[in-house]
Amino acid sequence: MEWAELQEWADQARQKRKNIRVYCCTSTGCQASNSPAVKKAMDKAVKEANLGTEVQVVSVGCMGFCGQGPIVEVENSQDPNHYRLYEQVTPEQAPSIIKGLQGEIVTATPGNPNHPFFAHQLQIVREHSGQIDPESIEEYLAVGGYQGLHHSLFEMSPEEVVQEITRSGLRGRGGAGFPTGLKWSTVAKMPPGQKYVICNADEGDPGAFMDRSVLESDPHRIIEGMAIAGYAVGADHGYIYVRAEYPLAISRLEKAIKQAKRNNVLGTQIFGSAINFSVEIRVGAGAFVCGEETALIASVSGGRGVPRPRPPYPAVVGLYGKPTLINNVETLGNIAPIITKGADWYASIGTGKSKGTKIFSLTGNVIYNGLIEVPMGITLREIVEEMGGGVPNGGQVKAVQTGGPSGGCIPADQLDISVDYESLSAAGSMMGSGGMVVMDQDTSMVGVAKYYMEFCQEESCGKCIPCRAGTVQMYDLLKKLLAEEATAADLAQLQELCDMVKATSLCGLGQTSPNPVLSTLRYFESEYQDLLQPAMSKV
Amino acid sequence: MAVTTLTIDEVDVAVEAGSTILQASQEAEIRIPVLCHLEGVSDVGACRLCLVEVEGINKLLPACVTEVSEEMKVHTNTPRLQEYRKMIVEMLFAEGNHVCAICVANENCELQDLAVEVGMDHTRFSYRFPTDRDVDVSHERFGIDRNRCVLCTRCVRVCDEIEGAHVWDVAERGEVCKVVTGLNQPWGEVDACTACGKCVDACPTGAIFRKGVTVAEMERDRAKLEFLVTAREKKEWTR
Amino acid sequence: MKTASQETETKQPQKQPDKRFRVLDVTMKRSQYQQDSLIEVLHKAQEAFGYLEEDVLAYVAKHLKLPLSRVYGVATFYHLFMLKPGGAHTCVVCMGTACYVKGSDKILSNLEKEFQITAGETTADGQVSLVTARCIGACGIAPAIVFDGTVAGQQNSESVSKKLHQWQEEK
Repeated sequence: MEWAELQEWADQARQKRKNIRVYCCTSTGCQASNSPAVKKAMDKAVKEANLGTEVQVVSVGCMGFCGQGPIVEVENSQDPNHYRLYEQVTPEQAPSIIKGLQGEIVTATPGNPNHPFFAHQLQIVREHSGQIDPESIEEYLAVGGYQGLHHSLFEMSPEEVVQEITRSGLRGRGGAGFPTGLKWSTVAKMPPGQKYVICNADEGDPGAFMDRSVLESDPHRIIEGMAIAGYAVGADHGYIYVRAEYPLAISRLEKAIKQAKRNNVLGTQIFGSAINFSVEIRVGAGAFVCGEETALIASVSGGRGVPRPRPPYPAVVGLYGKPTLINNVETLGNIAPIITKGADWYASIGTGKSKGTKIFSLTGNVIYNGLIEVPMGITLREIVEEMGGGVPNGGQVKAVQTGGPSGGCIPADQLDISVDYESLSAAGSMMGSGGMVVMDQDTSMVGVAKYYMEFCQEESCGKCIPCRAGTVQMYDLLKKLLAEEATAADLAQLQELCDMVKATSLCGLGQTSPNPVLSTLRYFESEYQDLLQPAMSKV
Repeated sequence: MAVTTLTIDEVDVAVEAGSTILQASQEAEIRIPVLCHLEGVSDVGACRLCLVEVEGINKLLPACVTEVSEEMKVHTNTPRLQEYRKMIVEMLFAEGNHVCAICVANENCELQDLAVEVGMDHTRFSYRFPTDRDVDVSHERFGIDRNRCVLCTRCVRVCDEIEGAHVWDVAERGEVCKVVTGLNQPWGEVDACTACGKCVDACPTGAIFRKGVTVAEMERDRAKLEFLVTAREKKEWTR
Repeated sequence: MKTASQETETKQPQKQPDKRFRVLDVTMKRSQYQQDSLIEVLHKAQEAFGYLEEDVLAYVAKHLKLPLSRVYGVATFYHLFMLKPGGAHTCVVCMGTACYVKGSDKILSNLEKEFQITAGETTADGQVSLVTARCIGACGIAPAIVFDGTVAGQQNSESVSKKLHQWQEEK
């Protein structure tokens, strides 16, 4: 397919869009707040007002403001000033919103699009979330979809694609922050033959839902990212390993893959080139450890999701023994814009070593919670106090947990820390996949440590002894502490165990499982001390 | 034959390229403790007892699966490693119900030997006293006492890789992991079992045993497993 | 055309009259009896049968040509596979961090007390199974509960308990 043809196709898709678009969020969060009924009522109201030729009600993905859902947004392409945001919309309010288009008073609660929650954001991965219908490939094409793939296939060599990603400075968004370009070039350098691309959509961190939202809101973007990756590393088949807990994401992905195949964006001879790439979905069955690369590969091949020692790394010996590129959803979501806008543009965003943006799910004890995409280098204070509005009812922030069960708690007096890979790990936490849970003054930090340890203990696969038995021993000690039955010797043993499990466990789950204990011990040791048995604590 | 030279505990060693650190240490007659490793079957790197320090790498590496590289400097017995190994063995004792005095494998048990080797005389950790670990003596010739199982998965691997019967596998996860026969059926009812006894020979503790063996009578022929593998691969049918 | 289940019927005198096995046959056939489709097949089996009984696991093992212990090992590894029948309704309490911080642990302990079951169990009347989940990704509307597959946000002990009582009265 010629570039002009793709443009024409996109133009046709754009012409189908009507001037006034009413966006109704139908992602998991808003669905739970009755948004499908709101969408239905909107459709009915448009019909009743005879506005069908000008107004289009679009079912869209996540707008991020889940705590205030269902969210409805109104946009007029003829009049940029006519932009409206409504929160907690009920189906009864639908007619009034439509009548509002003709100047009548709207009864629905207006939201403030200039609120820091929105104003501080910089959306790259989520640029189309809430703006397009995720179930329509045409909507994706209308906003420039698949241009990155076309450009890669026809204007760039695979090596140039890898170089572009390397130069952009993009790092893995799944947790450890490994340079994406380096990973791609390792797989690309392996001798030609069968290779695979896997999209890791096994978002397991409790308190994180970025990947679910991206998959539900803009599935074609992930498919495009995978296809570009496949071209760059020489793989012709890809798998998306997605959690079974995300049924809506799975069904939207299935639809997107079907549409892409039908339109020759996936399959054989993509866009008439010599390149083939197909994508298959693999659904998990509930195991946190499957987010670990080697465990994920074991699970994709239908086995127990048990990790194996690395090296060899999956880039060398991966799925079915073949070189395999594994990237997380958010990482793949950055690929198409890097190709279309260039590595220099991407590298200009963020800090020295952390480029681009990061999506966080801001939750816990904050007034405004939901998904935010912010440039790297923003301070934690801006996120928590300005975007999140601080703790409700005049409470105080005590700590912010980042990085899930592998991360740590950052105390309130360090809120001015820059949010990037290096600063967060220097503070004893980590970027992780993007969970950000705010805790107020009433939160017991030992309780939080116990919560995460219980999680790790239950999610341990049981293969290696330090993780299988060590997490159990640590969990028991934390329970003993909270029951105020522990002694100073128990606390010392807890610390020894943390050190040993961290150093000797086989995979990342075990190696990082002591982190929540270590970080709370670092900043809130007095809480541990206060729980020791009074008579014994003086030892 | 390409050769790699390295030092293990300051001793110069030359081994075939592609060997593991464990193989190199055997060449140099330096003992590295192992539990899940068994000659003749694949390695899984699960017990973490063979972890060693390699200069220039800040992670500990399992000797059984890490390949040697030129001029590698390996340390196998630093105070830190000694402490970790001791803790691992202590955790194993705390995790199951290991009572040497009434065990068939008493004085013929790799777990017991490891305890002696790492200098463990008691465990600092709280005993778990699991109550859901059962004994299965439904098999005509063998039995399994899961109280004594350390989940090394040697039985799983010998049965799959050498005998080809795949009677055993690991079920559940985490703390409650256990080895099962068939669909968690009584062992005696699993059709695939050939009663070859390789799992008995492979088991490091008294968990899998021959019937009719009483306390401290357990004898195994571990070398037989390795012998069988070489016999098949190299057609050497005599020991 | 001969289906796989008919084949087994002719081979095995104790035939499988259950139509639900047909669903399995179709799924396995679609994946060309590839062994790596085991998890997908188990998902389908659980959908069709409600849980993974021994016969079903044996049937899957036979047709995918996998050892029994391997199938059992996989089925017990993953949280979502159930080897025992569940209740008529399922209430999933999300224990993700956001829900935990907003009190889902209290909702759970209240339910456990009130209905006298612990997470993973079914009420004596067989109406309600109480399950916990490791974050369902609905953190923005924490604490979240899933009632028979439908996510409900911003729940509290009273609202959940009311729903469960409703289910129990349906009988």
